[in-house]
Amino acid sequence: MDLNTLWFILIAVLFVGYFVLEGFDLGVGILLPFLGKNDTQRRMILNTIGPHWDGNEVWLITAGGAMFAAFPNWYATLFSGFYLALFLMLIGLIVRGIALEFRSKDENPLWRKFWDWATCVGSFIPSLLWGVAFANFIRGVPINAQKYYVGGFWDLINVYSILGGLVTLFGFLLQGAIFLSLKTEEPIASAARRAARRIWAGTTVALVAATIATYLFTDILERLGVNPGPVPIGAVLALLACGWFIRQGRDGWAFASNTLAIVLSTATIFLILYPRVLVSSLSPNFSLTIYNSASGPNTLQTMTIVALIFVPLVLLYQGWSYWVFRKRVSASPKDLHY
Amino acid sequence: MNSSVTILSQWQFAVTSVYHFFFVPLTLGLSVLVAIMETIYVRTGNERYKRMTKFWGKLFVINFAMGVVTGIVQEFQFGMNWSEYSRYVGDIFGAPLAIEALLAFFIESTFLGVWIFGWDRLSKPLHAAAIWLVAIASNLSAFWILVANSFMQSPVGYAEEGGRLVMQQFSALLTNPYVWGQFPHTVFSGFTTAAFFVMGISTYHLLRRKQEDVFKPSFQLATVFGGISILMVILIGHNQAQQMVRLQPMKIAAAEALLNTENPASFSVFSVVDQQTMSEQVSLRIPRVLSLLAYNRLDGEVKGILDLQNEYEQKYGPGNYVPPIGIIYWSFRIMVGSGFLMLAFAAYALYRVLRNQLNAETRWLNLFLPAMALPYLANIFGWLLTEMGRQPWVVYGKLRTADAVSPNLTPGMVITTLLGFTIVYGLLMVADVYLLRKYAIAGAEAELPKPRTVEEQAYWE
Repeated sequence: MDLNTLWFILIAVLFVGYFVLEGFDLGVGILLPFLGKNDTQRRMILNTIGPHWDGNEVWLITAGGAMFAAFPNWYATLFSGFYLALFLMLIGLIVRGIALEFRSKDENPLWRKFWDWATCVGSFIPSLLWGVAFANFIRGVPINAQKYYVGGFWDLINVYSILGGLVTLFGFLLQGAIFLSLKTEEPIASAARRAARRIWAGTTVALVAATIATYLFTDILERLGVNPGPVPIGAVLALLACGWFIRQGRDGWAFASNTLAIVLSTATIFLILYPRVLVSSLSPNFSLTIYNSASGPNTLQTMTIVALIFVPLVLLYQGWSYWVFRKRVSASPKDLHY
Repeated sequence: MNSSVTILSQWQFAVTSVYHFFFVPLTLGLSVLVAIMETIYVRTGNERYKRMTKFWGKLFVINFAMGVVTGIVQEFQFGMNWSEYSRYVGDIFGAPLAIEALLAFFIESTFLGVWIFGWDRLSKPLHAAAIWLVAIASNLSAFWILVANSFMQSPVGYAEEGGRLVMQQFSALLTNPYVWGQFPHTVFSGFTTAAFFVMGISTYHLLRRKQEDVFKPSFQLATVFGGISILMVILIGHNQAQQMVRLQPMKIAAAEALLNTENPASFSVFSVVDQQTMSEQVSLRIPRVLSLLAYNRLDGEVKGILDLQNEYEQKYGPGNYVPPIGIIYWSFRIMVGSGFLMLAFAAYALYRVLRNQLNAETRWLNLFLPAMALPYLANIFGWLLTEMGRQPWVVYGKLRTADAVSPNLTPGMVITTLLGFTIVYGLLMVADVYLLRKYAIAGAEAELPKPRTVEEQAYWE
């Protein structure tokens, strides 16, 4: 395996980590005003993600940095090409991050209501846009021979990308609902479980529709064949298992299986892409690949050493932080002191 | 290349960077101060230090959140608005950015979450260790981002291949002499910012005789911390200016409004230059002082703007190589002026601390409240000098800013995002200042819920 492929895999891993982790805190953010019936409940909901959301977001910042370092042309074409969509996503992430930190710092009900809805909307926008973006990666966007994006904002909005957006939206909502049923005491846990059942139905419809659409709108047939192999099939099976576990009330297993569904669906996108990183809709020759977009060997070698040392360390201490806050959040003042 | 897209993108970069760097220096310094406070609490068991830690920690967290969310824009805007820059230097510039996230941001954000929510869940020493990790990682992140910026100021360790720069030696980036001036200068500026923040808010309470058991030791700690830091900032800054004479002569020439090469060179006290005609309107200069500053002796050549322009035209081809002189001249003076004013404040504070005179009768303490603005002025104008003084280059001597902008953007797109970011930043700034002010004035008392009105009560149930 060459370093270009290794970095392709590493960036895939970073995005998988981001979707799995920020997936639940985005989902919790959207659900906040709907599942939290009063201030105490909303604070319980927020405190399940309070210690973690910022660390989760760093997976995205690292993925962005890794793209920049390993595949500068991917980073440059993608970020300049998806300019306005990215702007919307950034506004969502900014507003939501501030909302999470500021909302409990003033007692005024209007203040809190405002930030609660800011959390909801600010979580909704990125949840939808991630699917739109990833669907466009494989569907193809207008990229010319000079590696420039030559389309506009509306070239990113089409049936397939909207289906992709619904998949991440529902998938993250599901991840958030199951997370809440795992991490809160009653009555929120039960409400979250009920919500998870309904969201699961939506997620399944969206994922099945998007899977079928993938055969219509992308070159998956050439890439993976009629039988796409264990990864995409595993994603669908994991989601089905998740629905069964939700109905059995086995929250831990439900969370694990939805996590697996997110891991495998994201992996599917990267499998279809490889060795490309952005598909050109103008000509297959214009697609950005891990070779025509990459940095030189010195950069890739240096970054490989850094990543191989520090990614495991990050997993270790982030895992520890989840262990520290493993208990369910209750309505007691001790849990809500912040 | 579309020049209005370039100018709008430059504005967006300036707005985002200035806004981001409004919060970052306080994070750099206050994390260390809070860590010191909590360490004293853990070692002595004295509850007043716990109250100190919690009070300054709360202000730290409010400020930190703003730094985080603006930091994401900071990273993404290179690709969004400066795609040609990203293609040209991504090989080199992306590496420190990715390392910054991997080595610093992960530690910073994970352990800050642990620290905020972990008061009852961790042992005291472990809890204090968490804030130390935040402090170390914050300052480490400053190192990596400045490694990246130093490459733009003074490129090292690269080769030019196929129209872009390729990394030759990673170690050259780390040993870039430029970063070893810029990094300590920035970190000590951050420490100074936090020290003046703590001194300012402490005097507010000391003058009202409130909670002196918390704010007196806070002021004392900040005085020592700030005194050492501002001295370091100035000493390192002096070295950086000497380095600038060698590495970026045009920047120092603009900062001194020096049109013609001089030996010995004079220091400008007050100059106005018309950049259209390249003529001095007013000029009051002290002979030999610039040579003294540049070389620590009374003679030595400092090149002037006009000679450098000629030199660069021969070296890089026709073009305008003169940055906006007025802005750079005054940025330099505001930065240096604020720095020396802070040194005076720190010396005065030290005098009062040593004589144990921190009470309401000491009316001069009133001045420490407005003095909180000084480090912010110095930080902002320091960056304006650094970044605008490098123009027209984005990578010094290698890539012009006008060639770095994303070719697919239209002015309308950039106006949309420029307005959008500016409005959102502005509104969040209002909320941030409101909260900081509220908690700063409330002081370190135990948090008691306010009495609620009937409508409010309905909301809470």
